[in-house]
Amino acid sequence: MQDWMGNVLIALILTDLLLLGSSQLRNAIRLMAVQGFVLGLLPWLAHGKLTGAALLMGATSAVLKGGVFPALLRWASREIHVRREIEPLVGYIPSLLIGLGVLTGAFVAGARLTLPWASPSPLLIPTGLFTAWTGLFLIMARRKALTQVLGYIVLENGIFILGMVVVEAMPLLVELGVLLDVFAGVFVMGILVFHINREFSHIDVDQLDALREETL
Amino acid sequence: MALGAGGPLGVALVALALLAFSGLGAWLAGGRSERGSVWLGAGGAVAACGLGLLASVRALWVSGECLLSAPWRIPYGEFQVGLDPLSSFFLIPLFLLSGVVAVYSVGYFRPWPGRNPGRFWLFYNWLVACMGLVILARNGVLFLVAWEAMALASFFLVVYDWQEAEVGPAGWLYLVATHLGTAFLIALFVWLGRESGAQDFARYAAPAGMAGWVFLLGLIGFGTKAGLYPLHVWLPVAHPAAPSPVSAVMSGMMIKTGVYGIARLLVLLGDVPAWCAWLVLLTGAATGVLGILFALAQRDLKRMLAYSSVENVGIITLGLGLGLLGVATGAPRLAVLGFAGALLHVLNHAVFKGLLFLGAGAVLHATGLRNIEMLGGALKRMPWTGAAFLAGAAAICGLPPFNGFVGEFLIYAGAIRGIVGSGAGVVGGVVAVGSLALMGGLALACFTKAFGIVFLGEPRSGMAAMATEVGASMRYAMAALAGFCLLLGLALPLGLRWLEPVVGQLSGGAAAPPGRAEEVLIPMALFGLLALLPVVAGALAQVRRRLLAERVQRESATWDCGYAAPSASMQYTATGFVQPLTEAASGILRPRVESELPAGIYPAGGAFRSETPDAARQLFFDPLFRRAARRMGQLRWLQQGRVHWYVFYIVLALVALLAWAVWT
Amino acid sequence: MLQIVLAVALSPLLPVVIQRVKALFAGRQGPPWLQGYFDLWKLLRKGGTYSRTTTWVFRAGPLVNFACLLVALLILPLGGLPAVVSFDGDWILLAYMLALGRFCMVVAALDTGSSFEGMGASREVQFAVFTEPALLLGLAALARETGMMSLSGMYGELALTGEVPFRILLSAGMFILYLAENCRIPVDDPATHLELTMIHEVMVLDHGAVDFGLIQWGGALKLWVVGALWSGLLPLGALRHPLALLLAGLGGLLGLAVLTGVVESVMARLRLLRMPQLLVGAGMMCALSLLLTFR
Repeated sequence: MQDWMGNVLIALILTDLLLLGSSQLRNAIRLMAVQGFVLGLLPWLAHGKLTGAALLMGATSAVLKGGVFPALLRWASREIHVRREIEPLVGYIPSLLIGLGVLTGAFVAGARLTLPWASPSPLLIPTGLFTAWTGLFLIMARRKALTQVLGYIVLENGIFILGMVVVEAMPLLVELGVLLDVFAGVFVMGILVFHINREFSHIDVDQLDALREETL
Repeated sequence: MALGAGGPLGVALVALALLAFSGLGAWLAGGRSERGSVWLGAGGAVAACGLGLLASVRALWVSGECLLSAPWRIPYGEFQVGLDPLSSFFLIPLFLLSGVVAVYSVGYFRPWPGRNPGRFWLFYNWLVACMGLVILARNGVLFLVAWEAMALASFFLVVYDWQEAEVGPAGWLYLVATHLGTAFLIALFVWLGRESGAQDFARYAAPAGMAGWVFLLGLIGFGTKAGLYPLHVWLPVAHPAAPSPVSAVMSGMMIKTGVYGIARLLVLLGDVPAWCAWLVLLTGAATGVLGILFALAQRDLKRMLAYSSVENVGIITLGLGLGLLGVATGAPRLAVLGFAGALLHVLNHAVFKGLLFLGAGAVLHATGLRNIEMLGGALKRMPWTGAAFLAGAAAICGLPPFNGFVGEFLIYAGAIRGIVGSGAGVVGGVVAVGSLALMGGLALACFTKAFGIVFLGEPRSGMAAMATEVGASMRYAMAALAGFCLLLGLALPLGLRWLEPVVGQLSGGAAAPPGRAEEVLIPMALFGLLALLPVVAGALAQVRRRLLAERVQRESATWDCGYAAPSASMQYTATGFVQPLTEAASGILRPRVESELPAGIYPAGGAFRSETPDAARQLFFDPLFRRAARRMGQLRWLQQGRVHWYVFYIVLALVALLAWAVWT
Repeated sequence: MLQIVLAVALSPLLPVVIQRVKALFAGRQGPPWLQGYFDLWKLLRKGGTYSRTTTWVFRAGPLVNFACLLVALLILPLGGLPAVVSFDGDWILLAYMLALGRFCMVVAALDTGSSFEGMGASREVQFAVFTEPALLLGLAALARETGMMSLSGMYGELALTGEVPFRILLSAGMFILYLAENCRIPVDDPATHLELTMIHEVMVLDHGAVDFGLIQWGGALKLWVVGALWSGLLPLGALRHPLALLLAGLGGLLGLAVLTGVVESVMARLRLLRMPQLLVGAGMMCALSLLLTFR
């Protein structure tokens, strides 16, 4: 079972790296969907057996992140005609290299971190940290609002993975609550993106600073 | 001669004295007889280097330690020189390279009659002597004096062609940089000598718990001379400005006195904390990668070689860092391999970088050009120089069977030991393997560019087309160094036992190599394979010759897809050759590009200019010095220009000192 | 010793296998199985035409490249079967032998003074900057995973141990390296030397006769050498008998050639500007497999 868990976690790391290196928005959304779906397997694997709570958590996650969110994002990208992330703030190869550095750091941190609970897999903490960082990095280093929404979801994925460590201790409700938050967040951001696009006919968030009040 | 009486140390000192006096003699004779001056200077240098080489090899062979001290009038200890394995090892490349370069210089300085050659020989011989004295000195004051004299001698050599516009600023930059470095060294020695009140190396004691900070001072001071990033800024400016033989000695050997300083400091301190090992390792990796990246972007052949020296110092430092990491984590094999690799690379780099600078000098001599873009086709016109340069280029890329490979292999082998082991060595090993591999790939691009564009294809300018092979002394010198590249590559694996005492000294005896040194250092199978390669290639060449013997061989033009009027300017340029790489690294290189693209259906003309100034200088040193100059400018009012004011300042200072002495 | 003889003798088959797989996809018949040997026989018996611009460097390049590959064969294990010579750190020598071969080919290409060859050479060294660290990091990962330091030791040990995710990641990275080192689609197109695909084929545009024969043969050998590094990663734990190991190694090489043919049939060549990304990706996988060993 642990072997499978390791494989799934490595697949998650790979999707993170691919996300860092993908310029096509469609590919990025697809990757995010894959990540969300694979994520749904984790509670089950981490438990070692199929309990009702794990099943519910996994299934909700897989459906929402593997199906609903990607569909939403895809719809938004079609609606506002965004195909690819042009001019990222940090280029793709530097992103990948930085990612590798952070991943190394995550592995070192994962090895050093002592937790009150036994982790189901030694890879879990590094993967969670790295996924959360990937999400944050996508928000920081990409220009388009849609990619930032994507980064937000990836960030939540990271938190989800980290939550697996405490899968016994963490009440199901908390996780579901977070999921709901994200759902609402994505919804709001989707609407926002739609409106930004209609008002300014682009979604480059770094130009939003034109809206700020001029301080004297 | 005095081998029996004074031992190798005595012989080495005689060699240094011979250098000093022959230099002086050459200068004095220069006014009357040019020929006599050259004979005196070059003859003295070659004889002294031969003598010194014998002494240092013998000293390493017997691996004893001898010390010679005499009282002198300068306070803080006595006049002390000594010859231990570390010193002997560094003397070998010094005398080897300097002797060969002296032969080369005879031809190099010939075509300017009416100019006193004595000036060159005076400073050249003194530079070599001072470097020797730096390596032999066992007293802080003596070391600093020799260090300073070395800097001055090399400064005068850098500004040898002072009439040229770029030489003056280059010389000043060098002088300022080297003195800033020396300032750190003075602080270092004062700190080290404070406990015992004496400057003798033997009586130095590191302040308790502060060894790391002492080492850091030394790393900055010596690193400035060695060219560690970002202290390297003087290097790519001073080296191209100096005459080529001087560049060869400066790049091949003088920057190694910085490495020697770091190594000596390690021996003196005995033990440094683990963070120093990491600092050295990471500095080495960064220096190497950035050095070769900037080398890649250069169009000036000698500036490119200077940046490549920065890279190679990075490799040496990387090896030292691995060795230190091995000592700090108690991994003896890692320590031995790291130190041994670093030391071997010191020797190897002296040989091939010397060779490459001499080759660049020969091209400059024959064509008057340093700009790679204007050259081409030199191999046909200068076959000796071209073949020697090719050997040097292969060696500097670390390619087997040349000598560059052996040193790099040892560092790699150390890194692998680290990776397979456990603890900090793993990360250190990964850093070393990754950065060395990256440097290897970039060096390959850099030196295929240098050799391919300069020596192959068709000449890109009239000057390049009229090149002819250089004179005999220059040819022999380059051939000798190229021979050493191959010889050391094939024979070094056999001679690694000699390194044992040096490595033992560096690792403080903590890392005595287990088992026989040869087994630990280089597997004999590797040696066999390296030797096999030329044999296989030779056999294949024979087969090829047989196959082609009865066949028709025709000559024609290079295939150009049927284009009617090919010209030399259609060839790939050096800038174009590395453009994909410099483009990918433009965030680090920050090149200045001005282009005027051809426009319209029948474009009339276009222009493209690109230049890659040193990023560390642009972003760090220039603003720093500008700001410092502005601040200092505010003190201008102190400078009155009248003597009585200055005397007044002196009186003020004296009174203040007196008051301080009385009341504290 | 048998391995070396086999490599030299059988390697010309590999390009033909790839071509036949591609032909199968395209609904053609493809060249006869022995086409590689026919080509070599023809080329080795021809007289040469040399450009007036060239020097001895041009003639020596392919020759030294071939010699490098021959020496590399001595330290190359084939699918768990140990090499003739093996020592700690021999994979460094292997990587540098490949680098020396590349150096010679690039210099020989530049010797023609042609802009075509210059372009190919420029791209060749560019890719080498990315592939060399990837290869060495991948082999370092292998060393750490198995705790051995020689190629034979590493691959022999890996057959017995070696975890699945590690194997998958490393072999994915190595496969991209294999395609890049051998100038295959999606990195380069071996079928043409025109316009935008100018890398390997355009570097050797001016070579002919024996020299070109050595280049072709050398190219086949390189498929063999880098391919053996990949096929050794296959899980062959159950096999003990040397003959079985040998057959498995050969099978791995053959399978790799088929796989390459499939990739070449279903993929287009990537844009040159995307190439660094692909190669950095390969390096990532090698580095990631190295990270996995830190557990």
